[in-house]
Parts: sequence; C-alpha cells; structure tokens
Amino acid sequence: MTLTLPPPPTATPARPAGPPPAGRRAPDEDLAALARRHGLSVSGARPPLTAYVRGLWSRRDFIAAFATARLTAQYSQARLGQLWQLMTPLLNAAVYYLMFGILMNAQHGVPDYLPFLLTGVFVWTFTANTLTAGTRAISGNLGLVRALHFPRASLPLSLALLQLQQLLLSLAALVVLLFCFGEFPTWSWLLAVPAILLQTLFSAGVSLALARLAARTPDISQLMPFVLRTWMYVSGVMWSFSSMAASGRFPDWVVLALRCNPAAVYIDLVRFALVRSFTAEQLPPHVWALAAGWALLAFAGGFVWFWKAEETYGRG
Amino acid sequence: MADPGAGAAAPGAPTVIADAVHIAYTVPTGPGTHRRVHAVRGVGFVARRGESIGLIGSNGSGKSTLLKAIAGLQQTESGRVYTRGRPALLGVDAALMGDLSGERNVILGGLAMGMSRSGIASRYEGIVDFSGLPDGRDGRENALARPMRTYSSGMAARLRFAIAATARSHDVLLVDEALATGDARFQRRSRRRIDELRAAAGTVFLVAHSHATIRETCDRALWLEAGTLRMDGPAEEVTAAYEEFTRTGATPPDE
Repeated sequence: MTLTLPPPPTATPARPAGPPPAGRRAPDEDLAALARRHGLSVSGARPPLTAYVRGLWSRRDFIAAFATARLTAQYSQARLGQLWQLMTPLLNAAVYYLMFGILMNAQHGVPDYLPFLLTGVFVWTFTANTLTAGTRAISGNLGLVRALHFPRASLPLSLALLQLQQLLLSLAALVVLLFCFGEFPTWSWLLAVPAILLQTLFSAGVSLALARLAARTPDISQLMPFVLRTWMYVSGVMWSFSSMAASGRFPDWVVLALRCNPAAVYIDLVRFALVRSFTAEQLPPHVWALAAGWALLAFAGGFVWFWKAEETYGRG
Repeated sequence: MADPGAGAAAPGAPTVIADAVHIAYTVPTGPGTHRRVHAVRGVGFVARRGESIGLIGSNGSGKSTLLKAIAGLQQTESGRVYTRGRPALLGVDAALMGDLSGERNVILGGLAMGMSRSGIASRYEGIVDFSGLPDGRDGRENALARPMRTYSSGMAARLRFAIAATARSHDVLLVDEALATGDARFQRRSRRRIDELRAAAGTVFLVAHSHATIRETCDRALWLEAGTLRMDGPAEEVTAAYEEFTRTGATPPDE
C-alpha cells in the first residue's frame, strides 16, 4: 500500500443534508490500516502493565501532592485544623477504653491494657480508613478523572499513603504515652517497621480492589461501615485472643482462624513490637509468613484487578 | 483522489481517525433500573494535522460524547478512535477538585498531566495570567487562594482551560464550549491560544453553540444529528446547511 491509498471516507466534499451516511463508508479495514501506517494508537486503550507501572512512577509527585492536598482540605473547615489528626484517634481510643476497658471489663487478664488497646485502635484505623477512602477514590474524584489523563491507580495509592501518614502521627502520640507508662524504646520496636510496611501493602491492595468495585457499584460505600465494624469486632482490636481462648467458649479452630485474619495479624505484630507484655506466645504460628502472604496476595491481586478496568473509570 | 475535506487544507498526516464509532452507555434511572443511551452511531472521519474542526448539532446529538471518546475518556461500544499522542480535553464541567484552592488545582492538575514540579513552577504565573483570575497582586482579592467550589462556572472554566492549555503542546486539542464561557476578553485570549496551538502543528476540535465562533475558528465542521454524522465539509457550508435545517423547522429526531 502506498500513501496515495485509500482516500479517507470523510474526504467526501460537503454534501447536502440527507439520511445518515451509514452505508456510505469505506470498509473499516481501510481506516484501521491508515491509522497503523501513520502510527496512531487507539485512544483510551489500557497501557500494558509495565508501562502502567512506569506511568505511576513518573506521577509520584502527583501521588504525594494529592495526599497532602486532601489532608489540608479535610481539616480546612475545622477550627482546630490539623490538630484533629491527633485528636480523632485519641478520642476514639478514649471511647473504646470507656466502653470495653471499663464497662465491659475486657482489660481483665490483659496486662498493659491501655497500650494494648491504643495500638489496636490505631493500627486498625489505618486499614479501615484506607479501605473507606478506596471506595471513594474514583467515585469521589470524577471531576479529575474525567478531565485529565493519569494512571487512575494514583488515586487509591495516594489516599493509602495519606492514611499511612496519619498512622505514623498516631503512633508518635502512642510512643509519648508509652513513655508516660514507663515503657522505653527497645530493639523490638524496630519490628513495627516491617509490620506496618506489610500492612500498608495489604491495605493498599484491598483499597485498589474496592476502588474498582465502587466505581461501578457506588452502593459499596454504603455497605462498608457494616463490613468494617464486623471485621473490627472479630479482630481483637479491644480484646485479647488469649482471653478468648482461655474462656473456652469457642473451639480452637475458630480462635485460630480469627487470629490469622490479616487485620489481627498486623495488629498483633505491632503490639508484639511495641507492648512489652505482649509476647510471642500470643502470635499465631508462622506469623511473618502470614503477614507477607496476605500483603503480597492483596497487593498483587488488587493492583492487577484495578488495572484491568483502567479504561472504564469515569466513563458515562 | 485528492484530499478534499477542505480544498485549502494542507495535506497533513492524520492525527485522529474515527472508525465506525458507536458509543452507548447506561444511565441509572432508579433502583435496579437502567436506560441504555446509544449516543453515537457509526461515526467515521479522518482529521489531519493543522485542521481545526468544529462539531455542531442539536443538544443531545452526541457532540460531547464523541469528544470524550476522542480524548479516550469514554469507551466505544464498537469501532475505534485512533489518535496521535494523547489528546487533551478542555471542558466546562470545570472544578477539578472543588474543595481545594485554585492554586492547588493548578499544581495538582499539572502534576497529574505529567509535568514536573519545576515545570509547573516556571509556568505558574503564565497560567494564572492567562486565566485572568485576580491573584491579589493589584490589591484585588486573591481568587487563587479560595476553594475552587466558590468560583463561578466561568471562573472555574477559565482556570481549567489555562491549566490544560499551558501544558506541553498537544498533538490533538479538544475544546468543549470553553469559548462560550468567560467574558469577551477571555474568549479573545483563548481563541488566540487555540490559534497558537493550531500553529504548533496540532489538530483542534471545538464544540460550540455559536456558529459564528465555529466559522471564525474552524476551517472544517462535522454536523452530528441523533448520533450520526450528517455532514462533513468546510465550516461555512456545514453551518449554513445546519442553519437551513433548523430554520425550516425540522426538529431533530431525538428531541
């Protein structure tokens, strides 16, 4: 084929208004061939996975800036502003302490109950908020998605980073409180770093999957609070699995299954790192393998599944 | 056969090829019920470098949907749109992130489009100047510090146009009625900018209600009616035929 071939069908000179030009056009192969010859690409086509990852990496400044901007906007209406970043988790912990620690006496048999509870609440809040943010990552930013091109995974990932930053701030407050309780840094505290990294991967992966689900079915975000609350209550955020096992009211396999659920695994690993009286016997077997497995499974699965619908986000 | 669309058009290389494009989407109409909208039905054309193409047609004829498909922001049901590079779409549903300030939107919009931080910093003033929003320098209020949701739709459209148009030169620029908003001064400025972008060897698509705008800005026009391509030719002739069509009182089939 040479460049003189084939005349583009649109090239018909202006014609008077008439019936739709349905049968008028040249066979489709001609246009596809013309596009190929001139190196045009299909608009809006999903890039291959490696190109997608490269695109995300080149947007890392955007991912960071979006997180910061969201954070600023979140508290821009409040008098106390950024102080709420600290107040919210602490108030949450105070409520749980009152309800579970004192009224329901969950602290019975749990030494260092307050650090135990605070770690649980902060670590859980990180995962819960990341997932909640994920359900709104696409559906809450349609203006941006419909106006500009960028790898859509930037949004859920950015929101996950934002939550990670909140977690670090909460943990800094926790460390100050630990000092007050007479707990001082030991080498074991460093174990919190890999635990939180794995938890971040896990949460980001599930958040990506939820972002895709909620982009298509917005009702997911209505359902999330119930799912998350149930998940929180079965993950030992404010009570101890050891007490549960000791009570003898549940078969061992139920307790073991609950202990192996990802939320419980990450919470207990951070407790193991930070709370001296929380010993290795309270961790499920092969706990690091479990933590890494959940993280890789969720992140790889969530990322690829999100990418597979890349071209559909924000349509219609 | 010679390249016809417009006799004067330079025989540029194709930049956008629409190949029998059908676009349909579902609109939720209530709990569990949907309505299928077949917005574009079998549209095909070839746009070439240096062309400036107006899209005209009644409301709901599929102009904006087609523009979104060219931008790659709307999936096609069947058929394909091929483009050179990544087209940039400038539209009027403008606030990118309503609860963030105009300044933050400029920075985030630039970063999202793949500009570097330093690239944005060096262009920032140009973007703000182009938008014509008061930036506090001459003693007026600084609109850039306000959340974008407090902007009038005209202000928001101007800022968004400025953000997208200041990015690196695009092979294909799509403008959805941006010229219809904003005051006369901004319209002149944006028309100049479109001319500049065209001169930078791109192709411009323009959706506008005003046929005067189409005739002034475009050399070619596509007339869509009920999702089908009714006429494709020099802007003067197509707008004249469309005006004749509406004047004779023929109502578009889908309204």
